Amino acid sequence: MKKKLNTVDSGVLLLSGNEAIARGAWEYGVHFAAAYPGTPSTEILETVAEEYDEIDCQWAPNEKVSLEVVAGASFAGARVLCAMKHVGLNVAADPLFTLSYLGVKGGMVIITADDPSMHSSQNEQDNRLMGKAAKVIVLEPSDSQEAKDMVGEAIKISEEFDTPVLIRLTTRICHSKSLVEVGPRKEVDITGYEKNIAKYVPIPSNARKMHTKVEARLLKLSEYGADSPLNRIELGNKEIGIITGGVSYQYVKEVYPEASVLKIGICNPLPWKLIEKFIGMVSKVIFVEENEPFLEEQIRSKFLIDAHGKKYIPIEGELNPELVRTGLKPGTEIPLTFQEVKLPARPPALCPGCPHRGAFYILSKLGRSSTGDIGCYTLGLMPPYNALETTVCMGAAIGVLSGIEKATGRDQLNRLVSAIGESTFVHSGITGLIDMVYNGNTGTVMIMDNSLTAMTGGQENPTTGKNLKGEPAPVLDMEEIAKACGVKHVHVIDPHDLPAIEKLFKEEMAREELSVIITKRPCIMCYRPKQSNTAIVDKDRCIGCRLCMKLGCPAISWGDDEKPEITPMLCWPDCNLCVQVCPVDAISLERGE
Amino acid sequence: MKKIVNVIICGTGGQGILLTSEVLCAAAKYSGYDVKKSEVHGMSQRGGSVSSHVRFGEKIYSPLVEKGDADLILALEKMEGLRWTPFLSPEGKLIACDLKITPMTVNTGHAVYPDIDKMLEENEIPYQLVKAYEKAIELGNVRVMNVVLIGAIASSLPIKQGVWIKAITERVPPKALEVNLKAFEEGKKLTV
Repeated sequence: MKKKLNTVDSGVLLLSGNEAIARGAWEYGVHFAAAYPGTPSTEILETVAEEYDEIDCQWAPNEKVSLEVVAGASFAGARVLCAMKHVGLNVAADPLFTLSYLGVKGGMVIITADDPSMHSSQNEQDNRLMGKAAKVIVLEPSDSQEAKDMVGEAIKISEEFDTPVLIRLTTRICHSKSLVEVGPRKEVDITGYEKNIAKYVPIPSNARKMHTKVEARLLKLSEYGADSPLNRIELGNKEIGIITGGVSYQYVKEVYPEASVLKIGICNPLPWKLIEKFIGMVSKVIFVEENEPFLEEQIRSKFLIDAHGKKYIPIEGELNPELVRTGLKPGTEIPLTFQEVKLPARPPALCPGCPHRGAFYILSKLGRSSTGDIGCYTLGLMPPYNALETTVCMGAAIGVLSGIEKATGRDQLNRLVSAIGESTFVHSGITGLIDMVYNGNTGTVMIMDNSLTAMTGGQENPTTGKNLKGEPAPVLDMEEIAKACGVKHVHVIDPHDLPAIEKLFKEEMAREELSVIITKRPCIMCYRPKQSNTAIVDKDRCIGCRLCMKLGCPAISWGDDEKPEITPMLCWPDCNLCVQVCPVDAISLERGE
Repeated sequence: MKKIVNVIICGTGGQGILLTSEVLCAAAKYSGYDVKKSEVHGMSQRGGSVSSHVRFGEKIYSPLVEKGDADLILALEKMEGLRWTPFLSPEGKLIACDLKITPMTVNTGHAVYPDIDKMLEENEIPYQLVKAYEKAIELGNVRVMNVVLIGAIASSLPIKQGVWIKAITERVPPKALEVNLKAFEEGKKLTV
């Protein structure tokens, strides 16, 4: 457990957007929170678990389940919070779109953490559009103070207007820290569950009435937004009026402090009356927003004005002060004193000791590859492995392999396995496996079980034996699950036993029946080995064959003497892959103290 | 002093960049400044390039430093330091740990780790390389390397000695406090 730094009742703290959301949940009486980890949202629930004991919190197997559980808690009168990354909201879209109709009892706050520039994501979707499609109110903070305050506002709006509230963060809000004035927790009671068929069962006759309410609610919320301090006009030079929100607001204030600004904090539904007033005050309107022209298209078509944003500001990638400066004030760019220097890239790599390395090394050695999934093991695509060649979304490794077999028979099945982590398998791979069994597929699924949701920084999941609070939890047995799905050939193997895993790949990929290989070895973030062994190279014996370099281990680099160098500081004590692959026994483990 | 101080801290995943920027931010906050910092977690932490932007002054809007506007770049690895030099202002300077960590692209033979010292000279970068890694080893704990580096930048920033000490004390484990405070003092000597 980390030191509790932030559990104070007053003062000014330096908090990230994620920490501020957690703080807001605590201050505004949230009783229960659930999530599935996903960058950049993960620290919200981690902070709740570490800092705020009054909030009951848990990891769910996926985002859909997390939203369903908080929905139930809200129906029972608890204040709830659910957090996910942007693509997580796709998974949770099914409950979201109908919860918009059902409404809430206890205040319901849903956080979507979007990732402009795709720092750690597969797409750049703008979930303001999801909020609009789901017909829920969307709030968008521009720093940590607003993130905290907006949780309070979201709870209030949720309970007053009987609606879930979506708060849209972006990576730059989630992972930026700024000063936040904090206050004490305001405790409220959980009001309890009451049966209410007309409210909670959207059979068509009920759902039609609910839809009427939703439309009326959006109109009322637009009026509410026009008077809310979350949307505000900051009047400056009237020649130019910039409509902006989120972190883009900060860049506008940085490079164009003299401009008039309409700062949009409630971006769905838009505060039409306030926007009309602002347009009337300024000569020219410009939109500054990241990714989609969400404000621009709606406002231009509503008021039929000749106003633009994407003409000046890119649609792709996140913004920064330079892009806003270049777009709005060409000619005022800060000149570069020192030019960019061409340097080798430093892409991420599997850690030394990573359990995934053995499996990818062998796939690569055999000239084979995989349909992949979302997790650390996506790095199997990198050289020297080049052993992963598709990724769609959580769980898709399995469906994609099935589909390839449907289209081309067993042609590719001697070459491709499905590679999926255990957390991703539980998230949404199980249904893919059931599909394979049900529809007679014959491929090989490799479940890479490292007993941790690793890529997001190391979180517990239903297979790890612990819950979010670090308490013991039942362990979901992957082998039994695969068998229960109807898979006849299920194998559990240590991926660092190279001869054994090589033999197993050959046998199972040749077999014209469905099989599951569970590679079981813990992530190095799970434990610290007792011994302090280091691999050392006997340079006289080494023949410079470079086989050890094919492991792609960050601890091994190629020396000027055409022989490998092993960095002791990086070498993982209980890994011996380089010892195994050396054909002339030039690498051995030296026992440390 | 100009109204806003812009600092970039960079290096490779796992070096402790986040802790380093936490200490700087806390020190800036205790000095009475408005402060913002920004970084990206996730994929980049698996040994990739990592950076943290820190800005402090009377009132801060953008959490990101603009290119050509950094007063100081602190690099925990020297190639990463050179990578960020377009962010330096004309009066800015780079303080880099004289440490080489080869990226996977070099290990796999797809690239060559260049002669960074020579490139710093050729590009006329105002820089100083400090032997923080060696100093940390000498102090008996390689993990205090970042605190040695914090010492090395201390005199370049408008933050008082006592405030640095307070910020460090709060953020390191109590039993490692003594060696960290020693590391800070030793670090200061590296840039006088």
